[in-house]
Amino acid sequence: MKKAIFPLLLVLAAISTAFAPVGGGYTVGDTATDFNLKNVDGTMVSLAGIKDAKGYIVVFTCNHCPYAKAYEDRIIELHKKYAPLGYPVVAINPNDKDVQPADSFDKMVERANMKNYPFAYLYDETQEIARTYGATRTPHVFLLDAKRVVRYIGAIDDNSEEPSEVKEKYLESAIDALRAGKDVSVKETKAIGCSIKWKKA
Amino acid sequence: MPLLEFPNLYPLMKPLLFFLLSVQCLSAQNIPFIKADQIKRWKAAETDTVYVLNFWATWCAPCVEELPSFEKLNKAYADRKVKVVLISTDFKRNVETRVAPFIKEKGLESAVVFMDESNPNNYINMVDSTWSGAIPATIILSKRNETALFFEKKLTYEELEAAVKQALPPD
Repeated sequence: MKKAIFPLLLVLAAISTAFAPVGGGYTVGDTATDFNLKNVDGTMVSLAGIKDAKGYIVVFTCNHCPYAKAYEDRIIELHKKYAPLGYPVVAINPNDKDVQPADSFDKMVERANMKNYPFAYLYDETQEIARTYGATRTPHVFLLDAKRVVRYIGAIDDNSEEPSEVKEKYLESAIDALRAGKDVSVKETKAIGCSIKWKKA
Repeated sequence: MPLLEFPNLYPLMKPLLFFLLSVQCLSAQNIPFIKADQIKRWKAAETDTVYVLNFWATWCAPCVEELPSFEKLNKAYADRKVKVVLISTDFKRNVETRVAPFIKEKGLESAVVFMDESNPNNYINMVDSTWSGAIPATIILSKRNETALFFEKKLTYEELEAAVKQALPPD
Protein backbone atom coordinates (compact mmCIF):
# COMPACT_ATOMS: atom_id res chain seq x y z
CA MET A 1 0.00 0.00 0.00
CA LYS A 2 2.79 2.39 0.97
CA LYS A 3 4.51 1.67 -2.33
CA ALA A 4 1.50 2.82 -4.26
CA ILE A 5 1.39 6.24 -2.62
CA PHE A 6 4.63 7.62 -3.99
CA PRO A 7 3.78 7.25 -7.71
CA LEU A 8 0.34 8.60 -6.92
CA LEU A 9 1.90 11.67 -5.33
CA LEU A 10 4.07 12.14 -8.39
CA VAL A 11 1.02 12.02 -10.61
CA LEU A 12 -0.78 14.51 -8.39
CA ALA A 13 2.25 16.79 -8.43
CA ALA A 14 2.39 16.62 -12.21
CA ILE A 15 -1.32 17.44 -12.46
CA SER A 16 -1.10 20.39 -10.11
CA THR A 17 1.88 21.76 -12.09
CA ALA A 18 0.02 21.34 -15.35
CA PHE A 19 -2.90 23.36 -14.05
CA ALA A 20 -0.90 26.07 -12.31
CA PRO A 21 -1.53 29.41 -13.98
CA VAL A 22 1.41 30.40 -16.14
CA GLY A 23 2.21 33.88 -14.91
CA GLY A 24 -1.50 34.36 -14.44
CA GLY A 25 -1.35 36.46 -11.29
CA TYR A 26 -4.38 37.26 -9.19
CA THR A 27 -7.99 37.37 -10.18
CA VAL A 28 -10.74 38.97 -8.14
CA GLY A 29 -11.41 36.85 -5.06
CA ASP A 30 -7.84 35.67 -4.57
CA THR A 31 -6.00 36.54 -1.35
CA ALA A 32 -3.02 38.70 -2.19
CA THR A 33 0.34 38.21 -0.58
CA ASP A 34 1.79 40.81 1.76
CA PHE A 35 5.25 42.19 1.04
CA ASN A 36 8.06 44.06 2.68
CA LEU A 37 9.49 46.60 0.26
CA LYS A 38 11.73 49.63 0.52
CA ASN A 39 9.92 52.95 0.61
CA VAL A 40 11.31 56.21 -0.78
CA ASP A 41 11.89 57.39 2.83
CA GLY A 42 14.25 54.45 3.39
CA THR A 43 11.91 52.48 5.67
CA MET A 44 10.52 49.05 4.86
CA VAL A 45 6.76 48.95 4.27
CA SER A 46 4.37 46.01 4.52
CA LEU A 47 0.58 46.00 4.33
CA ALA A 48 0.37 44.45 7.80
CA GLY A 49 2.36 47.39 9.13
CA ILE A 50 -0.26 49.92 8.02
CA LYS A 51 -2.37 50.60 11.09
CA ASP A 52 -6.18 50.64 10.98
CA ALA A 53 -6.38 49.85 7.28
CA LYS A 54 -9.77 48.67 6.04
CA GLY A 55 -8.27 47.97 2.65
CA TYR A 56 -5.39 48.87 0.39
CA ILE A 57 -5.15 50.59 -2.98
CA VAL A 58 -2.11 48.85 -4.43
CA VAL A 59 -1.00 50.68 -7.58
CA PHE A 60 1.83 49.44 -9.77
CA THR A 61 3.17 52.63 -11.27
CA CYS A 62 6.46 54.29 -12.14
CA ASN A 63 8.22 57.54 -12.97
CA HIS A 64 8.74 57.41 -16.71
CA CYS A 65 5.51 56.14 -18.23
CA PRO A 66 3.28 58.85 -19.76
CA TYR A 67 0.16 57.01 -18.60
CA ALA A 68 1.54 56.76 -15.06
CA LYS A 69 2.39 60.46 -15.22
CA ALA A 70 -1.10 61.26 -16.44
CA TYR A 71 -2.49 59.57 -13.32
CA GLU A 72 0.07 60.86 -10.81
CA ASP A 73 -2.05 63.74 -9.52
CA ARG A 74 -5.15 61.57 -9.44
CA ILE A 75 -3.30 58.96 -7.36
CA ILE A 76 -2.27 61.68 -4.90
CA GLU A 77 -5.89 62.85 -4.66
CA LEU A 78 -7.12 59.28 -4.17
CA HIS A 79 -4.81 58.85 -1.20
CA LYS A 80 -5.85 62.19 0.29
CA LYS A 81 -9.50 61.23 -0.04
CA TYR A 82 -9.39 57.57 0.97
CA ALA A 83 -6.46 57.17 3.39
CA PRO A 84 -8.40 58.95 6.15
CA LEU A 85 -11.24 56.50 5.48
CA GLY A 86 -8.91 53.52 5.94
CA TYR A 87 -7.94 52.92 2.30
CA PRO A 88 -4.40 54.17 1.73
CA VAL A 89 -2.60 54.12 -1.61
CA VAL A 90 0.45 51.86 -1.68
CA ALA A 91 2.36 52.61 -4.88
CA ILE A 92 4.89 50.09 -6.18
CA ASN A 93 7.42 50.65 -8.95
CA PRO A 94 8.17 47.25 -10.53
CA ASN A 95 10.46 48.39 -13.36
CA ASP A 96 14.02 47.23 -13.76
CA LYS A 97 16.42 50.17 -13.49
CA ASP A 98 18.78 48.73 -16.08
CA VAL A 99 16.01 48.58 -18.68
CA GLN A 100 14.50 51.94 -17.66
CA PRO A 101 17.03 54.11 -15.75
CA ALA A 102 14.34 56.77 -15.13
CA ASP A 103 12.70 54.26 -12.75
CA SER A 104 15.69 53.69 -10.44
CA PHE A 105 15.21 53.98 -6.69
CA ASP A 106 17.11 57.31 -6.62
CA LYS A 107 14.82 58.71 -9.31
CA MET A 108 11.80 57.47 -7.35
CA VAL A 109 13.00 59.37 -4.29
CA GLU A 110 13.52 62.45 -6.43
CA ARG A 111 10.03 62.26 -7.94
CA ALA A 112 8.33 61.54 -4.60
CA ASN A 113 10.04 64.52 -3.01
CA MET A 114 9.30 66.82 -5.90
CA LYS A 115 5.59 65.96 -5.88
CA ASN A 116 5.45 65.50 -2.11
CA TYR A 117 3.85 62.07 -2.35
CA PRO A 118 1.61 61.54 0.68
CA PHE A 119 1.65 57.75 0.14
CA ALA A 120 4.29 55.01 0.30
CA TYR A 121 6.17 54.60 -2.97
CA LEU A 122 7.93 51.23 -2.89
CA TYR A 123 10.57 49.64 -5.03
CA ASP A 124 9.89 46.04 -6.12
CA GLU A 125 13.51 45.47 -7.01
CA THR A 126 13.23 41.69 -7.54
CA GLN A 127 9.91 42.18 -9.41
CA GLU A 128 8.55 39.28 -7.38
CA ILE A 129 5.50 41.18 -6.15
CA ALA A 130 4.54 42.42 -9.61
CA ARG A 131 4.88 38.87 -10.92
CA THR A 132 2.89 37.36 -8.06
CA TYR A 133 0.11 39.92 -8.40
CA GLY A 134 0.09 39.58 -12.18
CA ALA A 135 0.76 43.24 -12.89
CA THR A 136 1.66 43.77 -16.54
CA ARG A 137 1.54 47.50 -17.06
CA THR A 138 1.78 50.85 -15.34
CA PRO A 139 -0.52 52.04 -13.92
CA HIS A 140 -2.23 48.80 -12.84
CA VAL A 141 -4.46 48.83 -9.75
CA PHE A 142 -5.28 46.03 -7.30
CA LEU A 143 -7.85 46.97 -4.65
CA LEU A 144 -7.60 44.74 -1.59
CA ASP A 145 -9.92 44.53 1.38
CA ALA A 146 -8.79 44.30 5.01
CA LYS A 147 -8.08 40.57 4.62
CA ARG A 148 -6.07 41.29 1.47
CA VAL A 149 -8.73 39.69 -0.73
CA VAL A 150 -8.54 41.21 -4.22
CA ARG A 151 -11.80 43.05 -4.89
CA TYR A 152 -11.01 45.03 -8.04
CA ILE A 153 -8.30 44.92 -10.72
CA GLY A 154 -7.69 47.40 -13.48
CA ALA A 155 -7.87 51.05 -14.35
CA ILE A 156 -8.38 54.03 -12.07
CA ASP A 157 -11.01 55.54 -14.37
CA ASP A 158 -12.10 55.63 -17.99
CA ASN A 159 -10.02 58.50 -19.34
CA SER A 160 -6.29 58.69 -18.81
CA GLU A 161 -5.70 61.70 -21.00
CA GLU A 162 -8.40 64.08 -19.78
CA PRO A 163 -9.24 63.97 -16.05
CA SER A 164 -12.00 66.51 -16.67
CA GLU A 165 -13.75 64.16 -19.10
CA VAL A 166 -13.84 61.14 -16.80
CA LYS A 167 -17.30 59.54 -16.71
CA GLU A 168 -16.60 56.31 -14.85
CA LYS A 169 -14.43 56.33 -11.73
CA TYR A 170 -14.01 52.55 -11.63
CA LEU A 171 -11.67 52.45 -8.64
CA GLU A 172 -13.63 54.93 -6.51
CA SER A 173 -16.86 53.07 -7.23
CA ALA A 174 -15.19 49.86 -6.10
CA ILE A 175 -13.90 51.45 -2.87
CA ASP A 176 -17.30 53.00 -2.20
CA ALA A 177 -18.94 49.60 -2.65
CA LEU A 178 -16.46 48.04 -0.21
CA ARG A 179 -17.12 50.78 2.32
CA ALA A 180 -20.85 50.22 2.00
CA GLY A 181 -20.40 46.47 2.42
CA LYS A 182 -21.73 45.91 -1.08
CA ASP A 183 -20.49 43.80 -3.95
CA VAL A 184 -18.21 45.62 -6.39
CA SER A 185 -20.21 45.82 -9.63
CA VAL A 186 -17.38 46.39 -12.13
CA LYS A 187 -14.66 44.07 -10.84
CA GLU A 188 -12.22 44.26 -13.69
CA THR A 189 -11.31 46.81 -16.34
CA LYS A 190 -8.48 47.20 -18.78
CA ALA A 191 -6.46 50.17 -19.88
CA ILE A 192 -3.52 50.88 -22.12
CA GLY A 193 -0.34 51.21 -20.15
CA CYS A 194 3.40 50.89 -20.42
CA SER A 195 4.58 47.31 -20.27
CA ILE A 196 6.45 46.53 -17.07
CA LYS A 197 10.15 46.62 -17.80
CA TRP A 198 11.21 43.11 -16.78
CA LYS A 199 14.82 42.30 -16.09
CA LYS A 200 16.66 40.98 -19.08
CA ALA A 201 17.32 37.27 -18.64
CA MET B 1 -39.55 64.75 -64.70
CA PRO B 2 -35.85 64.65 -65.56
CA LEU B 3 -34.78 64.65 -61.91
CA LEU B 4 -36.47 61.35 -61.18
CA GLU B 5 -35.04 59.76 -64.29
CA PHE B 6 -31.55 60.82 -63.39
CA PRO B 7 -29.62 57.63 -62.62
CA ASN B 8 -28.46 57.07 -59.10
CA LEU B 9 -24.74 57.64 -59.38
CA TYR B 10 -23.88 56.66 -55.84
CA PRO B 11 -22.99 53.00 -56.62
CA LEU B 12 -20.66 54.28 -59.29
CA MET B 13 -19.17 56.93 -57.07
CA LYS B 14 -18.66 54.62 -54.12
CA PRO B 15 -15.40 53.05 -55.37
CA LEU B 16 -14.16 56.51 -56.28
CA LEU B 17 -14.99 57.84 -52.82
CA PHE B 18 -13.29 54.83 -51.29
CA PHE B 19 -10.23 55.43 -53.43
CA LEU B 20 -10.08 59.08 -52.40
CA LEU B 21 -10.40 58.11 -48.75
CA SER B 22 -7.64 55.53 -49.14
CA VAL B 23 -5.35 58.13 -50.66
CA GLN B 24 -6.16 60.38 -47.74
CA CYS B 25 -5.10 57.56 -45.42
CA LEU B 26 -1.71 57.34 -47.03
CA SER B 27 -0.88 60.92 -46.18
CA ALA B 28 1.22 61.00 -43.04
CA GLN B 29 0.12 64.52 -42.29
CA ASN B 30 -3.44 63.37 -42.02
CA ILE B 31 -3.63 60.43 -39.67
CA PRO B 32 -7.01 58.72 -39.92
CA PHE B 33 -8.89 58.26 -36.65
CA ILE B 34 -10.51 54.91 -35.97
CA LYS B 35 -13.03 53.80 -33.35
CA ALA B 36 -13.40 50.50 -31.54
CA ASP B 37 -15.88 49.21 -34.14
CA GLN B 38 -13.11 49.25 -36.74
CA ILE B 39 -11.51 46.37 -34.81
CA LYS B 40 -14.78 44.45 -35.16
CA ARG B 41 -14.88 45.19 -38.87
CA TRP B 42 -11.32 43.98 -39.36
CA LYS B 43 -12.07 40.82 -37.44
CA ALA B 44 -15.23 40.13 -39.43
CA ALA B 45 -13.91 41.14 -42.85
CA GLU B 46 -14.59 38.52 -45.52
CA THR B 47 -11.22 38.87 -47.14
CA ASP B 48 -8.14 36.82 -47.81
CA THR B 49 -5.96 39.74 -46.79
CA VAL B 50 -3.94 39.15 -43.65
CA TYR B 51 -4.16 42.12 -41.29
CA VAL B 52 -1.20 42.84 -39.05
CA LEU B 53 -2.46 45.25 -36.40
CA ASN B 54 0.19 46.70 -34.12
CA PHE B 55 -0.71 48.80 -31.07
CA TRP B 56 2.02 51.28 -30.27
CA ALA B 57 2.80 54.80 -29.12
CA THR B 58 5.60 57.24 -29.91
CA TRP B 59 6.63 57.32 -26.23
CA CYS B 60 6.78 53.52 -25.88
CA ALA B 61 10.44 52.46 -26.19
CA PRO B 62 9.90 48.76 -26.99
CA CYS B 63 7.25 49.76 -29.56
CA VAL B 64 9.64 52.12 -31.32
CA GLU B 65 12.33 49.43 -31.23
CA GLU B 66 10.13 46.90 -33.03
CA LEU B 67 8.76 49.33 -35.67
CA PRO B 68 11.54 48.53 -38.18
CA SER B 69 10.37 44.89 -38.17
CA PHE B 70 6.89 45.99 -39.21
CA GLU B 71 8.30 48.29 -41.85
CA LYS B 72 10.46 45.47 -43.18
CA LEU B 73 7.45 43.16 -43.28
CA ASN B 74 5.38 45.80 -45.06
CA LYS B 75 8.06 46.04 -47.77
CA ALA B 76 8.85 42.34 -48.02
CA TYR B 77 5.18 41.38 -48.39
CA ALA B 78 4.11 44.32 -50.55
CA ASP B 79 3.06 41.98 -53.35
CA ARG B 80 1.23 39.61 -51.02
CA LYS B 81 -2.14 40.14 -49.41
CA VAL B 82 -0.69 41.49 -46.19
CA LYS B 83 -1.80 44.79 -44.70
CA VAL B 84 0.23 46.30 -41.88
CA VAL B 85 -1.60 48.87 -39.77
CA LEU B 86 0.21 50.69 -36.97
CA ILE B 87 -2.46 51.78 -34.49
CA SER B 88 -1.26 54.67 -32.36
CA THR B 89 -2.50 54.82 -28.78
CA ASP B 90 -0.79 58.15 -28.11
CA PHE B 91 -2.73 60.87 -26.37
CA LYS B 92 -5.10 62.65 -28.74
CA ARG B 93 -3.50 66.02 -28.11
CA ASN B 94 -0.21 64.58 -29.41
CA VAL B 95 -1.43 63.28 -32.77
CA GLU B 96 -0.45 66.38 -34.73
CA THR B 97 2.41 67.47 -32.49
CA ARG B 98 4.16 64.14 -31.98
CA VAL B 99 2.75 61.28 -34.03
CA ALA B 100 2.72 63.07 -37.40
CA PRO B 101 6.28 64.42 -37.03
CA PHE B 102 7.41 60.98 -35.82
CA ILE B 103 6.04 59.30 -38.97
CA LYS B 104 7.82 61.87 -41.10
CA GLU B 105 11.09 61.64 -39.19
CA LYS B 106 11.18 57.84 -39.30
CA GLY B 107 9.88 57.78 -42.85
CA LEU B 108 7.22 55.19 -41.94
CA GLU B 109 5.61 53.64 -44.99
CA SER B 110 3.13 51.35 -43.26
CA ALA B 111 -0.37 52.71 -42.67
CA VAL B 112 -0.69 54.57 -39.38
CA VAL B 113 -4.05 55.24 -37.75
CA PHE B 114 -5.00 56.76 -34.42
CA MET B 115 -7.21 54.88 -31.97
CA ASP B 116 -9.72 57.55 -31.09
CA GLU B 117 -11.17 55.98 -27.94
CA SER B 118 -10.69 57.74 -24.62
CA ASN B 119 -11.56 54.52 -22.77
CA PRO B 120 -9.38 51.59 -23.89
CA ASN B 121 -11.63 49.26 -21.87
CA ASN B 122 -13.97 49.61 -24.88
CA TYR B 123 -11.65 47.87 -27.30
CA ILE B 124 -8.92 45.88 -25.48
CA ASN B 125 -11.03 42.74 -25.05
CA MET B 126 -12.35 43.21 -28.57
CA VAL B 127 -8.80 42.84 -29.87
CA ASP B 128 -8.01 39.84 -27.68
CA SER B 129 -9.40 38.70 -24.35
CA THR B 130 -5.92 37.84 -23.10
CA TRP B 131 -4.53 41.35 -23.76
CA SER B 132 -3.90 43.13 -20.45
CA GLY B 133 -3.49 46.51 -22.12
CA ALA B 134 0.29 46.73 -22.08
CA ILE B 135 1.93 47.85 -25.30
CA PRO B 136 3.42 46.85 -27.64
CA ALA B 137 0.75 44.39 -28.66
CA THR B 138 0.12 42.84 -32.06
CA ILE B 139 -2.68 40.79 -33.56
CA ILE B 140 -2.47 39.04 -36.91
CA LEU B 141 -5.84 38.35 -38.47
CA SER B 142 -6.55 35.98 -41.27
CA LYS B 143 -10.13 35.19 -42.20
CA ARG B 144 -9.27 32.47 -44.65
CA ASN B 145 -7.28 30.55 -42.07
CA GLU B 146 -9.64 31.67 -39.32
CA THR B 147 -6.61 32.55 -37.25
CA ALA B 148 -5.96 35.37 -34.84
CA LEU B 149 -2.44 35.30 -33.49
CA PHE B 150 -1.96 37.64 -30.57
CA PHE B 151 1.27 38.82 -28.95
CA GLU B 152 1.61 41.10 -25.93
CA LYS B 153 5.33 41.71 -26.31
CA LYS B 154 8.01 43.20 -28.52
CA LEU B 155 8.40 41.07 -31.66
CA THR B 156 11.50 40.34 -33.67
CA TYR B 157 11.25 40.28 -37.45
CA GLU B 158 11.64 36.49 -37.38
CA GLU B 159 8.73 36.06 -34.97
CA LEU B 160 6.58 38.46 -36.96
CA GLU B 161 7.31 36.83 -40.29
CA ALA B 162 6.71 33.33 -38.89
CA ALA B 163 3.30 34.44 -37.62
CA VAL B 164 2.39 36.07 -40.94
CA LYS B 165 3.45 32.94 -42.84
CA GLN B 166 1.20 30.94 -40.57
CA ALA B 167 -1.69 33.28 -41.27
CA LEU B 168 -1.22 33.50 -45.04
CA PRO B 169 -3.13 30.99 -47.14
CA PRO B 170 -0.83 28.40 -48.73
CA ASP B 171 0.53 29.39 -52.15
